[in-house]
Formats: sequence, C-alpha cells, structure tokens
Amino acid sequence: MSPHLSEETRARAVELLGLYPHPRSALIPICHLAQEQDGWLTPEAMAEIAELVGLSPAEVLGTASFYDMLHTEPVGRYLVSVCTNIACMLRGAYELLGHAEEHLGVRSGGTTADGVFTLEEAECLADCGRAPVCQVNHRFFGDLTESSFDSLVDDLRSGRLDDVVPPHGTLVRVRRRGGLRVDDETVAVERARTAKAMAERAAQSGGAS
Amino acid sequence: MADPTVTSHHGIAPRSEPGATVQLTIDGVGVTAPAGQFLIAAAEDAGVFVPRFCYHPRMKPVGMCRMCLVEVSGPRGATLQPACYVPVAEGMEVVTTSEKVRKAQDGVLEFLLVNHPLDCPVCDKGGECPLQDQTLAYGPGESRFVEEKRHWAKPISLSELVLLDRERCIQCGRCVRFAAEIAGEAQIDFLSRGDAVEVNVFEDHAFSSYFSGNTVQICPVGALTAAPYRFTARPWDLDQVESTCTTCAFGCRVAVQSSANRVTRLLGIDTDPVNQSWLCDKGRFAYEAVNSGDRLTEPLLRRSRDGDLEPATWAEALAEVARRLSAVRDAQGPDAIGVIGGARLSNEDAYAWTKLAKGVLGTDNVDAQLGDGLPAELVLGLPRATVDEACRASCVVTLSGDLREELPVLFLRLRGAADAGQTRLVELCHRSGPLSALTAASVVVRPGELAGAVEALVAGPGAAPATLDAGALGAARAALSAAGEGGEGVVVVLGRPSLAEHETVVANAALALAAALPGARFLPALRRGNVMGALEMGMAPGLLPGRVRLEDGGEALAAAWGAVPAARGRDTAGMLRALAAGEMRALVLVGADVLGDFPDRRLAADALGAAELVVAVDTFLSSSSAHADVVLPAAGPHERSGSTTNVESRVTRLGQKLVAPGQSWPDWMVASELAARLGGDLGATSVGELWDEAERLAPSLAGCTRAVLDSDAGRDGVVVPLRRAGVGLPSLRPSRRIDPIATPGIEAVERQGAPPRAGLAERVGGDEAPGAPAGRTAAPPPASVGLPTGFAGPEVAPASPGSLRLVTARRLYDDGALVEASESLTALAGPAVALLHPDELRRAGVAEGGRLRLRSGRGELLVDAVADPGVPPGVVQVPFNLDGGDGSGASALVDAGAAVTDVTVEAP
Ligand code: SF4
Ligand code: SF4
Ligand code: FES
Ligand code: FES
Repeated sequence: MSPHLSEETRARAVELLGLYPHPRSALIPICHLAQEQDGWLTPEAMAEIAELVGLSPAEVLGTASFYDMLHTEPVGRYLVSVCTNIACMLRGAYELLGHAEEHLGVRSGGTTADGVFTLEEAECLADCGRAPVCQVNHRFFGDLTESSFDSLVDDLRSGRLDDVVPPHGTLVRVRRRGGLRVDDETVAVERARTAKAMAERAAQSGGAS
Repeated sequence: MADPTVTSHHGIAPRSEPGATVQLTIDGVGVTAPAGQFLIAAAEDAGVFVPRFCYHPRMKPVGMCRMCLVEVSGPRGATLQPACYVPVAEGMEVVTTSEKVRKAQDGVLEFLLVNHPLDCPVCDKGGECPLQDQTLAYGPGESRFVEEKRHWAKPISLSELVLLDRERCIQCGRCVRFAAEIAGEAQIDFLSRGDAVEVNVFEDHAFSSYFSGNTVQICPVGALTAAPYRFTARPWDLDQVESTCTTCAFGCRVAVQSSANRVTRLLGIDTDPVNQSWLCDKGRFAYEAVNSGDRLTEPLLRRSRDGDLEPATWAEALAEVARRLSAVRDAQGPDAIGVIGGARLSNEDAYAWTKLAKGVLGTDNVDAQLGDGLPAELVLGLPRATVDEACRASCVVTLSGDLREELPVLFLRLRGAADAGQTRLVELCHRSGPLSALTAASVVVRPGELAGAVEALVAGPGAAPATLDAGALGAARAALSAAGEGGEGVVVVLGRPSLAEHETVVANAALALAAALPGARFLPALRRGNVMGALEMGMAPGLLPGRVRLEDGGEALAAAWGAVPAARGRDTAGMLRALAAGEMRALVLVGADVLGDFPDRRLAADALGAAELVVAVDTFLSSSSAHADVVLPAAGPHERSGSTTNVESRVTRLGQKLVAPGQSWPDWMVASELAARLGGDLGATSVGELWDEAERLAPSLAGCTRAVLDSDAGRDGVVVPLRRAGVGLPSLRPSRRIDPIATPGIEAVERQGAPPRAGLAERVGGDEAPGAPAGRTAAPPPASVGLPTGFAGPEVAPASPGSLRLVTARRLYDDGALVEASESLTALAGPAVALLHPDELRRAGVAEGGRLRLRSGRGELLVDAVADPGVPPGVVQVPFNLDGGDGSGASALVDAGAAVTDVTVEAP
C-alpha cells in the first residue's frame, strides 16, 4: 500500500515525533499536518498516523473526533465558523447565522453542493470586541452584518481574499522556516537525552519513596 | 512500560510495600487493609458494597462513572471521592451511607438515565443489569428529564460476534479499556464528545479481536450483546454449572448456562491462577457445536466393506467392534491394534481408555497426540512451572507457535505480566507475533536452525548461526543471565513453533535448554483440550498412568490391571506408518481426526485406506470418522462430569449441564462396555470410581482425591503432583466473593438459586461418600518419567537450492470440526494464504495477492500469496488446517518423516 501522506508531510511528522518523549504525544500536531494536506483527516491518513505514533486507528479516530478543529468528514474549501457565544449572540450572531444558512443554502454543519463552503456554529472565538465574529479557515472577520457577510462570501468565491485566507487546514500561514526542520540525528540525540532525563527522574523518585 | 497504578486482583497498586497494612474506618467500623488497596476493594473485603459501574477488579481504575462516590475524611473535612480511585490511607474515615452519599448516588443515576432508552423489556441485560439493579437500590424513583433522548441506530454490528446498542451505553469505558489494556488491541474506542460520544470501531474495520466476547461479559448494561446469545434467553430461565473450557488446553474456568438442554452461553469465572475471568471467543462461542444438529446421535456401522455407514444399535455396534478387534488380536497380536486420540476426553475417560487399551487389549500403541505435540516423556519429565510462576518469572522464553492462536488466554496472562513489567519475554519464533512488541528480545529462527539458535542462546555469541539477528540474540542472552544463575528465574513456554518441523527437533532443543539452564522450569504449550490429562493417564506409548514409564511401573500396574503391554508401542506417526505398511491392522480413533489434524495428510490417508478396521468414537462425523467401519457417538463438552487437566497439570472439575444428544455415551462407558465384550473388566461403574482408582494407582495424582477436588480449597483446581504432602493445595479459604458487577451474568443466575458449584461427589456416584481412598498398598513409584538424554529423529538436511522451508502453525479459527459446527465462528476462519518475504515473492514471479503453487515431496497446494517482510527469506509460512481454496491445506505438503519440509514455489 503506497502511503497516503505526502513525502513532505511524513518527513515533518517524523520531525514532530522527535520533539516528544512518547510518540503518541505527537498525535494531535500530526493530525493537523495531515489536515493541512487534505483539508480534513481522511481514513487513510488516520490509519497512517496510527502507525506513525504507535496507536490503533480507532484511537486516532477517537482523539480526532473529540476535537472540533480536527475534521473527520470532508470540509469545503472554506470553513466558515460563526461564533454564537454570549458577546456575539447579544450582537445578533443567531440572526447572522440564520442569514448565512439562507445565503449559502446549507444548514449549520453542512457543505455547499459545489464543495466551496462549510458552515458551522462556534463557541467564543476570542475576538469578542468585534462581535459578531466569524472565522474563515481560522482567519478572523469581525463586526459582521448581513451585507458584509455577503460580500465576504463574494470575495472568497472570486479569489480576492486568496492572500489572506489560506486553504482549509493550514494553521500557520507563513510556516516558520527551520523551526521544525530538524534532521534525524538531532531528533535521535533529543530522544536519547529525554529518555535519560526521564530515567534519572524515575530513579530519583524511586529512591526517595 | 510498567504503570505504577496497575491493579492486581484485589485492587492493589503494587507500588506499595508487600505486606504493609493500614488502619481505617469504614462506616465507623475499624478495618485493616493492605496498603495501596483501593477503597472500593477494601470496603468489599470488609463486607461493605459500594455501587459501581466502571470499576472492574481486573482492570486499572479510571474513576469515570462516579457511581462509587463515598465520603472520605480529609484536612478540609469529609468530601465525596470515588472509592474505586482512592487508595486506603492510615486513619482514613470513610462513610458510604450518609445522606450526602445517597444524594450523590441518586444524582449520578439520574444523569445516567437521562439518555438511557429504558428498553429493558427488549434488552438482553434485563434481569441481570447492574443499571437496573443499582437504580432500584440507590437511584431516583422518577426522572425529571422530559426532553428528547439521543437516538442511534439500534444495534450495529462491531463484528460477526458482537453487537452494540449505543443508546444503552453509559460510557463506563469497560469495553474500550479491556480492548486496549487487557487484549492489547484497541480496535474500539470512544469517538466524539459530549452527548455525541459513542463506542465504535474505526471506519469499516471489524472488532476482530479473539477476546471480543469479554467486552459483552463485562458491559454493565445491555449495550454490548453477543450475536449468538441475543434474544435466546432471560437470566431467570437459565441454570448454570461451574466447569472448565476444554476447547484448548489452558482450561479456563467457565460458568456454563443452559436452558431446555441447550447451552445458551459461557461466562468466564474469575479464577485467579488461570483465566482471571477472561475467555477467548472460540472457547466462549464454540458451544454452538455442542448444540449443533450435526452431532452424532446413534452408532453407525458399515455392514459391508464398500457399504455406507448405517444406523445400528449399541449392542450391534459394540459386538462388531469387539468381534473384529479380537480377530485382529488373535491373528496378529495386540500390537496390530492402535488407539489414537484422547485429548477430547475427560481425565476419567482417558483413564478408562488407557486401561482398555493397555490393560485389556494389551497394546501400547496409544497416543493422545496427533503428531502435533511433543514427546510425552519430555512433557512429563521436564521440571514444571505453573502459569502463575511463569507470569512472575524474571524471564519467560517462548519456544512455541503464536500463543494468541494456540492458547489465547495464556497469551493474555503472559501479555499482562510483560506489560506490567513483572517478567521479561524472550521469543524464539519463526515470525514475530503479537507478543513481540512486549518482548526483551524476539529471535526469529528459520526452520532447521533451532538447535543452533538454542546453542547460541545458552553458549555464547561464537556459536550463533549467521542467519540469526545478533542484536536480538544478545538481548535475549542478557535477559536470560539477568534472571539468575543457571536458569534460575527462567520459565520456558514450550510448544511446537511449526508442524512442518519434526517434534524431535523441538524436543532436543528443549533438552539442550534444560541441560544448560538446570534452574529453568517449563510450561508445556500443548493446545489440544485435555491433552495433559490424557498424558497423565498414560495415553502415550511407553507410559502408564501417573507419569510412570512402562519399564518402571509395569509390574505394579500389572498387579492392579491384570496385564500391561510387553513392550513400548508406537506414537501416532509410527502407527500411521505401520498401518500404511500393513504391519498394523486396526485403528481406534478416540475423538481424533487424523486427516484434518495429523501434519502429514497423505500418510494419514494411506493409513486409513490400508487399515482393516477403523473404529471412531466421536461427537461429529469428521473427515476421518467418515472412513470408519464403526462410528460410536460420544458425549461432548458440558454433557459429562469428571475432571480435566490443563497445561500446568491443574486438575479441575467438569460440570455436567446437558444430557448428551440421542444415544451418545460418555467415552468411559464406551471403554467399559468394550472391555466387557473383550473379556476384560474396567472394574468401575462411575466417573467417581474411575477417579478413585486413578488417584490410587497413578503416582502423580496421589493425594488429589475427590474430596480435595470438591472442597472449597480445590475450587480453582489442584496442580498435580501435589508438591509435598499437603503443600501445593491451595490454602483453605472462605467461598470466593464474586464482585456482582464484574460479571453480572454469573451473579444474576446464581441469585436465581442456581449456584455454579458442581462437585464430582454430588453429581456422580452421589451415593458414595468421598473419603480417603482405600486400598493403597505399597508406595507407588515416584511421579517422574525422568528425561531421556536425546530423542532420535531425522537429521536436518541442507535446503536444496531454490526451495523454501515450510512453516505451518495453528490458527484459532480453522477448518476443525468445532469451528465448522459453530455457526458464528465459521465465517471467521479465513482462507489460508502463504506468507513470504517480498524478495521471495518477486523471485517466484508472483504478484502480491496472486496465486502460488507450493510443491513438496508429498504433494502440492494452491494458495494466495501475501508479501510479509516479517517472514525471513528462504521461508514460506502457511496456516495449518485451513483450506487454501482448492480443498486442501498445509498438511498436503508436510513430510512427517523429515526434520523439515522444503517446498518449491511457482506461479501456477
Ligand atoms: S458499551 Fe458497555 S462496557 Fe462499553 S462503555 Fe458502554 S456501557 Fe461501558
Ligand atoms: S483460552 Fe482455551 S480454555 Fe480458555 S476459553 Fe479459550 S479455548 Fe477455552
Ligand atoms: S463571544 Fe464571539 S468571539 Fe467571543
Ligand atoms: S468512578 Fe468508581 S466505579 Fe466508576
């Protein structure tokens, strides 16, 4: 079976594995990587991640399905998350959500037939000062009105916001160069150092008790 | 990695000093509890039951359901804390009945019921449901919840065997914890979050674990149900008896529940030294074979040489067998008769058959093993370890097939011990398996190189064959020497890694290990039902009951039996060869399907074809018994009483729950009636009498009387030989307390007034008082066969160029009669595929998944090929007794006369 994750994704995943004392700790960061590749976590990706981190596919799905920001179903090119928490709600979030549903022609949680938009309801997005707020692929748009929402949709469709809104799944738009670029040897050294430190700590606490 | 909070049976975190205790009060009563014990277990020991759902005495606590909240004193006054998660502490004051606790219990239950469908009338768990029971005892009388409950499709199949109704799930996590923590395969997990949370599998993967049925057993509600049991019974209609699973030789203790003379289900009993409440799915569900309509129900007789098998009366069939056996004996002598089989029998049956064969017929051609085991002298002569001793040994060497396939619950026990860091595993195998990830070293050995591998393991690096992984070997040596001088602290789990490798190869390797590691002890990993009991009873060439060699104990036994064979007889392979060559004439198959189970099918077929008389005593018309001239129907599991013996030689009682179908008889009765017609007399009229006689005559059983087996002390069985008079008996202790929520199904039926105890004395020959055995005269010979210095067998020839060495080993679900007659399991027996190293596949010019023709000197086999980098180059691995798609299996290839079997591979 040829791997589903691209060579680059796999390479970055291996680097991430090196940053943690237990491989399974890298599960969520690697899920984000895979999501960056496909826009959502495909079953093939989850099965491959399971192998990478030494868990079962069911455990990967268990974790992935727990978190809202990890998607185990296909997501449109743009994920529109409308906040309906208190500040936004008081400033008309539900009306805005209702309008968005009508305008996009999908219910919250659904994806438009052309696969461009997925609409969802979100809890506080921590931008209450500009309520009501929505995120598109995790980029903020505040002080929304029904008409500004419509023009946001227009801009997204026409590609005018391509510079601002990356494809869904991308958390870090300008990925820091080098920060994650660790070679295998450094990873191995780091692993060994952590293991040693852990062993020492264990020995100490064992001796003390 | 060892987790410090691993719990033992009594809910103790082993971190604490062994033997240390603390004083606390529970509901005002002073209690002394082992340090580290969890409150819930300490309370239970003190007779205070704390309600619970998620806590299970055999798993780590998680404190998830909050049902066990109790008030615990602390610096800030009494607070509610989960009793399953808090260890006892000095001076702790615990209150389990206060208003605060009551309110908490009430609240937890109200919450649990918010989304519970309350469809008890159509739920399998109704009547044995901890949620029902604890709601009644501790819960609110009424629900305040009027909103819509959550809905799920009801039910979904997680596998062929297990169904899940997610509406009923209370998210206790017992099932997912079992899968990850005990079985080591997290094929199910909690998905999603909040009120959307569900237990499920990944995508379309099945919950294919061999242990899936345990999740049904421990689910505290009706969320998980077993397909074969679903809607078949209500607990209050069930009756139960405590017995032992004889599907494999591990001997898990089970509660057999039945209704209207049909087994409805099996539940694992928490027997500390054996299965600790778990069962494998084959053992749990193979009762379907017992209920099967395909069982033999009347004697069958071939009235003319080429005629069909036709129904006959017992009188007619037995007379025919006796007449023709006598004719063979008179003409050619007793040596022309052989008896193969015995592992399906109870101990008492096996004793009766040994006495019939060796004492009455006078033949020593008797073998309970079908060429798939190990020499009996080796098994009985090696210093023995119990399962508990293996799990506590510093180092366990497995020299066997994949234990998950062969002795599943032994696999669980060893896996648990290794996972908890109690023991280090060293694996000598033909291909890494499910234990490998937990081993200190997994040494992959190619067929024919075992002797060199063992030598390298015990002698030093110089001796290592070039094909062995030096790193793995080094780690293995380190684990061995860390265990202790001369093999102290080492237990070898000894089985047959491959049925295509002659048993003497493994036997000699074991002797080499025993010689180099005199302190090491051995746990036989023979897999067939009661094979150990059959060997103890002397169903092997050259042996008499009680681990006595014919030459050592013949005289003593001849005095009791009247006669014993003059000379050592043949083993199964020898008998089949002699039959094929016309040197033997008659064969009695006692629950033995030589065509399916003997490694070399052609030899078995030749032997059956050449035999003048074949008699089969069987529960099914197997491929072999279909060749017989006379077929006698036998009682099966749960249809007989008596006892059985497991791999560690633990004798446990079998409980009878059913009446055998039609005219089937227990095997001992067949032997007894035949003896009478052959001019002999077995001298016993009940199972109990047979045991008494065996106990009296067989040195290894000395002291293991019916009274001992029936006593409370013998409830978990007794390991024989008793190590010293009186010692080796489990200490007397009060009747086991069963956590009613751990296995709700057993407790519920027990409450109905069907206690699971079954004693030999009560069930059989109830009129005789089981007292001290009378009539023991002289001290019997010592219970040891003594080890031979070597086993003569074929030499390993160098592999011819271009050929591959064959490895074939058992799978749990195979084409054997048991799986074939158990509807729910049949679908799980996959077709055989050949595993080869990718390079070998390329060399053969066959694509992955393509058909492959294997050819040996004995025959050929067509199978699908799968590339597996875990199989070393030069080797091909094919499962045993599993159809490759053209009606034959690996036994078409195996040459029983060779040390190893070489095959050529090609595209068909
Ligand atoms: S299915 Fe049963 S065992 Fe599993 S979490 Fe739900 S209630 Fe517990
Ligand atoms: S491991 Fe063996 S004895 Fe235990 S349940 Fe399975 S088949 Fe029966
Ligand atoms: S409430 Fe909407 S962003 Fe905080
Ligand atoms: S929280 Fe203690 S039994 Fe569930």
